[in-house]
Amino acid sequence: MYALLALIAGVAIGLFVHPTVPDWLSPYLPIAVVAALDAVFGGLRAKLDDIFDAKVFVISFVANVLVAAFIVFLGDQLGVGTQLSTAVVVVLGIRIFGNAAAIRRHIFKA
Amino acid sequence: MMAGPEQSEPAKPTGQEPAGPAPTQERRRTTALNRVVVAVLCGLLGFAVVLQVQRTASGDTLQTARPDDLVQILDGLQRREDDLNLEIAELQDTLGRLQRSGASSAEALAEAERQAEALGILTGTVPATGPGVTIEIEDPDRRIPPEVMLDAIQELRNAGAEAFQVGAVRVGVDSAFTGSSGNITLDGVALSAPYRVTAIGDPPTLAAALAIPGGVLDTVRRAGGTMTVEQSDSVTIDALRPSRTPVYARPTE
Repeated sequence: MYALLALIAGVAIGLFVHPTVPDWLSPYLPIAVVAALDAVFGGLRAKLDDIFDAKVFVISFVANVLVAAFIVFLGDQLGVGTQLSTAVVVVLGIRIFGNAAAIRRHIFKA
Repeated sequence: MMAGPEQSEPAKPTGQEPAGPAPTQERRRTTALNRVVVAVLCGLLGFAVVLQVQRTASGDTLQTARPDDLVQILDGLQRREDDLNLEIAELQDTLGRLQRSGASSAEALAEAERQAEALGILTGTVPATGPGVTIEIEDPDRRIPPEVMLDAIQELRNAGAEAFQVGAVRVGVDSAFTGSSGNITLDGVALSAPYRVTAIGDPPTLAAALAIPGGVLDTVRRAGGTMTVEQSDSVTIDALRPSRTPVYARPTE
């Protein structure tokens, strides 16, 4: 519940502050967002399974973001940045869908 | 992010020492800390999502595009520019060609008009004006033969005269003096003394041509006539000949 409130607070801050994204961060931000979303969905699923561990969540969140950013960085260095970004988004998207399906089964029992 | 290691450290003793009042207190503290960290991360995620959405919505896709994509876009633009430049060159070529042909056809038209005028003066189908001489030949004894008139025209022509008129008749390339002395006809039109000849050319030259010894002037005097030559800066020849269309002759290509 507090996590949801914090999410809304973050959105509100983003809406009001209008920060500019530094150039070096701009390629990684979308991937980092998707990776974090994956972690959040995983955490939500764990919460519903009653196996939520804040430590696991925090580590998976940070690690997801860092690994995704690193893969994109590596891809840019190797000249396959666009393709690797797509790959990362696809993999994370599949995971998000899997977690979302588990959450759905928990909530709707279907 | 800094909270990661902080919260994991106190978590370790809880696993090692499950009993006692201190661990429960610490566990409560840890739980609160965990909640804060999770909340911070979720807040960060919301913030980042809004940030990215706003950046995408701002529409400046080139600014966020990768160098590879930019190179591709640039490549496409350059190819398009080349194509357009080629098209411009072709169209300018066409424009130049059309302008040149337009100018040359206008030139050809002007040249044709000039030639038509010159030929019109030569064949006598248009009136002409210019410097020249007016000659009057009196023939009181009616002894001047048509040959003298012919000689007069020939001499004038040799002297460079360009257009002639005798009486009311324009002299053309097929003109002929016929008849007998005192009874001269030109192209079937009867002439009567005094014969009046108008010619366009250089006046002094024309006058001198008629006055050469043994020339027209002498012949007229021998026949008992008189001849006066009046030089003028501007004489007008207004008699016209009908234009003839050749029936048999065709220009060769």
